Amino acid sequence: MASLWEYANPRKFMDTSAWLLPWATGIAALCLVTGLVWGFFFTPDDFRQGSTVKIIFIHVPAAIMAINAWLMMLVASLIWVIRRHHVSALAAKAAAPVGMVFTMIALFTGAVWGQPMWGTWWEWDPRLTSFLILFLFYLGYMALWEAIDNPDSAADLTSVLCLVGSVFAVISRYALLFWNQGLHQGTTVSNAGVGVEEGVAPTFLYPLMISLTGFAFLFLALVLYRTRTEIRARRLKALIAQERMG
Amino acid sequence: MIGLLRRDLALAIRAGGGFGLSLAFFLIFTTLVPFGIGPDTTVLSDIAPGILWLGALLACLLSLDRIFQLDWEDGTLDLIATSPVPLEGLASMKALAHWITTGLPLVAAAPALGLLLNLPGPAYPWLIASLALGTPALSAIGTFGAALTVGIKRGGLLLSLLVLPLYIPTLLFGALCVSRAATGQDATTPLVMLAGITAGVLAGLPFAAAAALRVNLR
Amino acid sequence: MPDLGSYATEVLSAYAGTLILLAAIVVASVWKARQVRARLDEAETRRGRV
Repeated sequence: MASLWEYANPRKFMDTSAWLLPWATGIAALCLVTGLVWGFFFTPDDFRQGSTVKIIFIHVPAAIMAINAWLMMLVASLIWVIRRHHVSALAAKAAAPVGMVFTMIALFTGAVWGQPMWGTWWEWDPRLTSFLILFLFYLGYMALWEAIDNPDSAADLTSVLCLVGSVFAVISRYALLFWNQGLHQGTTVSNAGVGVEEGVAPTFLYPLMISLTGFAFLFLALVLYRTRTEIRARRLKALIAQERMG
Repeated sequence: MIGLLRRDLALAIRAGGGFGLSLAFFLIFTTLVPFGIGPDTTVLSDIAPGILWLGALLACLLSLDRIFQLDWEDGTLDLIATSPVPLEGLASMKALAHWITTGLPLVAAAPALGLLLNLPGPAYPWLIASLALGTPALSAIGTFGAALTVGIKRGGLLLSLLVLPLYIPTLLFGALCVSRAATGQDATTPLVMLAGITAGVLAGLPFAAAAALRVNLR
Repeated sequence: MPDLGSYATEVLSAYAGTLILLAAIVVASVWKARQVRARLDEAETRRGRV
């Protein structure tokens, strides 16, 4: 049985990630600390929302990354299906728990923010419900990886699930809008640059952007780190299988 | 392919084939609802559309792991895979067989169960229409899920976890259609949406299911 | 600590919860990495390093 280790791709990945990882971690830590400290200590209260506006610095980046994580998994799954790069499949597997945690953060901080603002911990509005469904997709994806023994089959089946799930996620998004017009805020972040009154004011926007960068690099660092572990785990599995046969 | 369909139908109908169990579940589930929620008929008629749709959905869900299981275990699936019948065709026929033996009876039984839950009069035709249009999607999505998990021992729970989120759009529009009809509003838009989703699912998912089967049969 | 007013519990629990969840995924990742690394080194040694 050919050893995964002998493929050029994983070796190149291990080499590249070895020097990339410390940088990603460093930038992540720097941006997270800067963004969150700035946001928490050095921004004013909002006219309508009081000090709860400070939650924006974790809620929005977590929500954005929760979706980006799934998109990355989708791309990685496509690369696996088309090009059969093992690293790609393992990267998707590695990213799932991170995306799931970001989704949990978005849901939790959203609920905690929503309670004083809307008077309720939960509302079945399209955006919140989409995140709940996204959470379920992450769970299913991770569960399928765990349930299948053969690594290549697991990669194939979870890729198919990711593709089909993504289509349904888009369908669900529109279905939910039809089902219940939401009370969640519309897009305000992109409007900020235009200076629209509904947009996020610069006082909040800068720490928010820094925090978002922090979350993005944290995602990168965690995925790099976890993919390295997955590659090693595959190698371990191959060695154990060889031992059993030999 | 018709031969495959006939075979599945025959297997389902003979004793031990599981035919009728979904119907029984639908009935039991609907009966359970008032015990959980209370016998107030106003409340029941408000939630009847959703409960009927949920009951039909769960009844479909419970019979999904049988779709490929028996053929997988005795090697028939391998045989069919080597035959000239494309796996996409197999998946479609399996979904169709599931619908005929599970979905269709549910559509027929639903009005009777609607009476139990005090479903308002105007909603009945829409109940039948939405279930008739929606249950094929449930079967097709379920067949896809079954194809994904066919090789997994005791994969039934995982199958549910994977399939239920995919059921959400169909459930959403189906129940919305019936509840709008129940309150006298126009219910055509959700019905059309529902039909669109079913059409898309029927066109696309057999390919995904076939891909999954190919992986599992390697 | 800035004056969080009446929303102190909400804001603080949001931040605390987030930090806990982030710590959890980092710790879990490190723990798994260490475990796999250790077992891989063991297996490599058994195999005899080439």
